[in-house]
Amino acid sequence: MNTKIQAQAIVFGNNIDTDVILPGKYLVLVDPNELAKHALESLDTEFPEKAKQGVIVVGGKNFGCGSSREQAPLALKYAGVKCVLAESFARIFFRNAINIGLPVIECKGISDAVQTGDELAVDFEAGTIENMSNGKKFQVNKLPPFILEILSDGGLIENLRKRMNKK
Amino acid sequence: MNITEKILAKASGKKSVSPGEIVDANVDMVMVHDLTGPLAVEAFKKIGIPKVWDNQKVVVILDHQVPAESVKAAELHKTMRQFAKDQNLTFYDVGRGGICHQVMPEKGHVTPGTIILGADSHTCTYGAFGAFATGIGSTEAAAVFATGKIWLKVPSAIKVNVAGQFQKYVTPKDLVLAIIGKLSVDGAIYKSAEFTGPTIKNMSIAGRMTLCNMAVEMGAKNGIIEPDEATRRFLEGRVSSLPDFQALKSDADAVYERTVEFDVSGMEPQVACPSSVDNVKPVSEVGDVPVEQAFIGSCTNGRIEDLRLAAEILKGKRVKEGVRALVIPASQEVYKQALNEGLIEIFSDAGAIVCGSACGPCLGGHIGLLAADEVCVSTSNRNFIGRMGSTKASVYLASPATVAASAVTGKITNPATLEAP
Ligand code: SF4
Repeated sequence: MNTKIQAQAIVFGNNIDTDVILPGKYLVLVDPNELAKHALESLDTEFPEKAKQGVIVVGGKNFGCGSSREQAPLALKYAGVKCVLAESFARIFFRNAINIGLPVIECKGISDAVQTGDELAVDFEAGTIENMSNGKKFQVNKLPPFILEILSDGGLIENLRKRMNKK
Repeated sequence: MNITEKILAKASGKKSVSPGEIVDANVDMVMVHDLTGPLAVEAFKKIGIPKVWDNQKVVVILDHQVPAESVKAAELHKTMRQFAKDQNLTFYDVGRGGICHQVMPEKGHVTPGTIILGADSHTCTYGAFGAFATGIGSTEAAAVFATGKIWLKVPSAIKVNVAGQFQKYVTPKDLVLAIIGKLSVDGAIYKSAEFTGPTIKNMSIAGRMTLCNMAVEMGAKNGIIEPDEATRRFLEGRVSSLPDFQALKSDADAVYERTVEFDVSGMEPQVACPSSVDNVKPVSEVGDVPVEQAFIGSCTNGRIEDLRLAAEILKGKRVKEGVRALVIPASQEVYKQALNEGLIEIFSDAGAIVCGSACGPCLGGHIGLLAADEVCVSTSNRNFIGRMGSTKASVYLASPATVAASAVTGKITNPATLEAP
């Protein structure tokens, strides 16, 4: 994984739950590219189209609350979401995203500082986020090294394979 | 230490742990179901280990799209059936178990003081038995299949202290809605919610399960209640051995981030209005809300105690013309009990449809979905946009008593105001 990302932001509100990220009726789909076609469609039917070029999703409090469905972060990842920034995350979503290799960063104050369409630059290793459109900068708590390692390996499974092979 | 910290310390081989610390814990039990299991199986195969770490500690339950409503669902079931067979796992097929969170304790897979993970967010239900139980995703479940371990951050804890006696037709569901209404949907994010106090001590296991089940709706990592005599009575004969409950009590000097007090004495039935679980009002303030569907079931409120309460209200009455009432016993065991007690007959006479034990409309997968602009009053745990079908439908969450009363009048109704037949 690249430790630096630059992309346009798409902003959502507080408590974006997993049922709006990916409704339960699509959980029978197995192909992540199929899941991606329905990402966030309850809030914006054009989201999958907009995300295609690669975007950063910005959320408010409690992003990803609700179900444990890993299909929710998978749908975002395959739709083209490079990273999710939010005031806070629901814990299962947070873990799931990291485990499938989708970077998620908790950043207090981010939702007031970004508008849809702003250009954001994120540096995971340095723990910095910059809104290039308005110059606002944030320093966040860096992810612990073992989580950064999972992300840079592309997810928990790849990380585990690597660790098991070493043994 | 509090009970959660004690369990995490023991599972990670430490004398003590404190909030914020990351521990590597040994897992005692892991569960996957038909919608989270297939992804876990795929991930497990990618890891490249032939066998799960301990086949006695992995449980597979089919409950979400049950019985299979589509060829796609049937394929998922087939994947899980095959995996369970290949790995020689405990497996509950269609018609053998029911909703995972009811089946796990019923069939003896939940022991106080253990670490239980489930690829389902409502795994926190088992905290009702004094276990540390929390939800994980499919990939994480695969990693647990391979290693038997998980990293966990020790949560800080909120103590929810409850006193007072419930009025007739006011239930633990009303209490937990009131708690979430007060703390909000992110009020316990990353934290442990420990329920204590005289009301909890006197509460049935069914009620305790309803409380812990909804801990995740305020973002909690786990909900937990100290095990006691009621726990022992429920589990005896179901689990092979029980631990010493004395070691599972929070110390007098245990640290809590905050304590919140509730008194249920004067509490009215509560309703969570669309489309957030913390949009909670006493039923008297909900106003005139006509409903098209009333759903009694789910891992929150599909137990025998819930069905008895609903039947008490529906007995000798009719579901209002224009309302569909669905009753879904949470497990085969509950179904059979309801049959023996004559409850199924009461529901059928009232004009309700009783379906086989499964998640049903709770997650909008199949059975009883809502059309645009329809309103459902439900005993389940989530009222998110699109949760039970159309994104234009609305869901109100309430107790089995309130839902049954609303089915009779055709609008959201305080059960206490319904006249005797
Ligand atoms: S009953 Fe509803 S909340 Fe419970 S496990 Fe099934 S879908 Fe999830």
